[in-house]
Amino acid sequence: MKYLHLVFAALMRRKTRTLFTLFSVLAAFLLFGLLDSVRTFFDQAGSGVAGVDRLITISKVSFTLSLPKSLLQRIQATPGVAKVTYANWFGGIYQDPKNFFANQAVADNFFDLYPERLIPAAQLRAFHDTRTGAVVGEALIQKFHWKIGDKIPLQATIFPQKGGSNTWTFDLVGIYHLADPKLKAQENALFFNWDYFDEARAFGNGNVGWYVTKVADRDRANQVAQAIDALSANSDHETKTQTEQAFTAAFVSQFADIGLIVGAIMGAVFFTLVLLTGNTMAQAVRERIPELAVLKTIGFSNRSVLGLVLSESAALLVLGSLLGLAIAGIIVGGLRGTVGSAIPMHPIDGAIWLRGVLLAVLIGLLVGALPAMRGMRLRIVDALAGR
Amino acid sequence: MLRKIGLFLGAVACIVVPIAVLTVLPWWLLAIFVVLLGCWMAFTRTGTQTWSVTQVGIATIPQRLGSSAVVVVGIAGVVGVLVALLAMGAGFAATLRQTGADDTAIVIRAGAQTELNSVLDHNTATLVAQAPQVLKNAQGDPIASPELVVVASLPKKANGLDANVEIRGIGERAWELRPNVKIIAGRKFGLGLRELIVGKGAAAQFAGLDLGSSLKLNGEQWTVVGEFDSGDANNSDLWGDTAVVGSAYRRGSSTTSVTVRLTDAAAFDAFKAGLASDRRLQVDVFTTRNYYNTQAEGLTRTIRVLGTTVGIIMAIGAVFGALNTMYAAVATRTREIATLRAIGFRAVPVIVSVLLETVLLAVLGGVLGAAIAWALFDNYTASTLGSNFSQVVFAFHVTPELLWNGLKWALAIGVIGGLFPAIRAARMPVTAGLREM
Repeated sequence: MKYLHLVFAALMRRKTRTLFTLFSVLAAFLLFGLLDSVRTFFDQAGSGVAGVDRLITISKVSFTLSLPKSLLQRIQATPGVAKVTYANWFGGIYQDPKNFFANQAVADNFFDLYPERLIPAAQLRAFHDTRTGAVVGEALIQKFHWKIGDKIPLQATIFPQKGGSNTWTFDLVGIYHLADPKLKAQENALFFNWDYFDEARAFGNGNVGWYVTKVADRDRANQVAQAIDALSANSDHETKTQTEQAFTAAFVSQFADIGLIVGAIMGAVFFTLVLLTGNTMAQAVRERIPELAVLKTIGFSNRSVLGLVLSESAALLVLGSLLGLAIAGIIVGGLRGTVGSAIPMHPIDGAIWLRGVLLAVLIGLLVGALPAMRGMRLRIVDALAGR
Repeated sequence: MLRKIGLFLGAVACIVVPIAVLTVLPWWLLAIFVVLLGCWMAFTRTGTQTWSVTQVGIATIPQRLGSSAVVVVGIAGVVGVLVALLAMGAGFAATLRQTGADDTAIVIRAGAQTELNSVLDHNTATLVAQAPQVLKNAQGDPIASPELVVVASLPKKANGLDANVEIRGIGERAWELRPNVKIIAGRKFGLGLRELIVGKGAAAQFAGLDLGSSLKLNGEQWTVVGEFDSGDANNSDLWGDTAVVGSAYRRGSSTTSVTVRLTDAAAFDAFKAGLASDRRLQVDVFTTRNYYNTQAEGLTRTIRVLGTTVGIIMAIGAVFGALNTMYAAVATRTREIATLRAIGFRAVPVIVSVLLETVLLAVLGGVLGAAIAWALFDNYTASTLGSNFSQVVFAFHVTPELLWNGLKWALAIGVIGGLFPAIRAARMPVTAGLREM
């Protein structure tokens, strides 16, 4: 640490060059922050803290096929099952298809199984008591400037009403939110009463989209899942039951191999960065050969010289990465504030910071290694003579 | 103070102008500019000076190989990533766009947006086919195909995870509607049989769809009897007989859409108006081109935003890399440039030659990046979730337009990265430069 001013002096020797290199490093780590935030979102979509004890039962053939409601009692009676609820995808459109958000018809005990979706008790009661009631996530409320008591018309894409009308109007009676900032994306949804939905829709009555089961003991989740699937084995509506995490992970992986795309981009970026900073460091050391020789002459050991050059490059990279990640944090924060941005992002948290800074140290040591060796190995006499 | 503001504004202009010019620049204008530059260098005094100074600069590149490589590789990275990402969007859009035509129309239930959401009863399908604008074949039957789109979950080859595949029941006339479809292995499915033919893209992405293999859907065994190639989004489908698919998925005689061939593209408006005025029908009508274009919009826009954002950030990094390299290049040539100035060379040749050198390196990087993107990703197949809630298989499409775009980015980075060092070189006081060691 006592050589810190030497490292600083070396960096300040050519301010423009240091500044330009710093900007390049900053750009690379800004990109790293943004992309890693997207990747983390998709990675963790299946592994939220909540939902480890929930199972999702869907039709084995496809998520889009419905299941008979008669399964409800049989799942309820399965050993190890604590609570069961069910829901149906509605796919309604609010004003314009671009305003996409999830909307589902849910059974009246739905929120019991999702305790992380916080809703005032009075509003939940109002939801149960209002046939056409709907509960909406906080984020969606802010996006569309809705308030309790509003009437929300949705255009049905799948389910017309019995008279043939496509317009379903719901009364906004409740607002839920999630305390965990990582799960804020789940606030972009609207839920309404299953009973109203089933009575009013033109077809499909008596069928449900999927079942959600809360298991009594999460360690026995697999056995319970198998027992549920056994209920309908060899029938014409076989089911597939998996944990909510596995279900979400499989669902997300259908969009694209995010990991591959992000990995390829970051590969290109860091390859360039290594070359770029490597070149800067080589130049910096080449220019300073006589100075390094003087240091050695006055008693600096080979190892200190090696350490000085290595810390110089590591310091440059770490500084750049800190600035880049900080800017990425601001941008992600801003983007997540505006709901419904096209690309979902995870907040820049400790894990991303750690990954970024570790990467910076690693690249710093890597690109510093060759110039540092050169500094360590130089012979004082030759260097001072300018040979 | 005023001078500083002027310098700052000048610098901003130096950055904004090249970007603005390059974004709108058509290739022929650039060609004319290059020719003019060539003439200038060949026939005017300043031009010949510039040419000789540039030659010296280029000749010394091998001595600065490491730092010159930074410019080339940095810009290659930007252009490569940009072209690859945009090629993904272009490929997806092209696949869907090819699927549609102006003289075929698709009819779905009013408000349904996509086929998967739609349900049409048997009567509707019959009424649509009987519309006068529907073309009749040699036997006098209307060329209309009532189709039933359902989804099955099958494991993907790449990761073994289940993904959705579209199963499309097609009518007898579907082959006349889609003359581009060729059976490339096996045979067509038999009417009334539980047989499927598999699109080329689906066969490549999903496991267990080889010729002769059987798969279980809703408790019933189906056999894969053929493979087809349509060259468009249908390649992601499995096709079977509408009636059989309907019974397996308990859909009765209902379908999800009717696709018809119109007498000609101009008949569409009359066709649409005719169906809209029929009170027995509640349907939406689109030309298939319009229908598939709409489906491509969302994802294409997302990819364009993503690609441009990543490209801009990488470009900023590359500009600073280029600036570093060129400032260093100018610094090592300080004495040489001062000597040139002392023996009478003007400022313009020095500026232009440094700029040319940077642009040359940038173009080299741009070409390299575009070539790598083309070699690695042209026709690279991928799939994503389409609007029918099932996988759409598409190939990356590295178009000449994208390559040209990439090259323009390289040029912009080169011009910005070279301009400031060039000005520095020209403004250097001659006496101080000559004394420089």
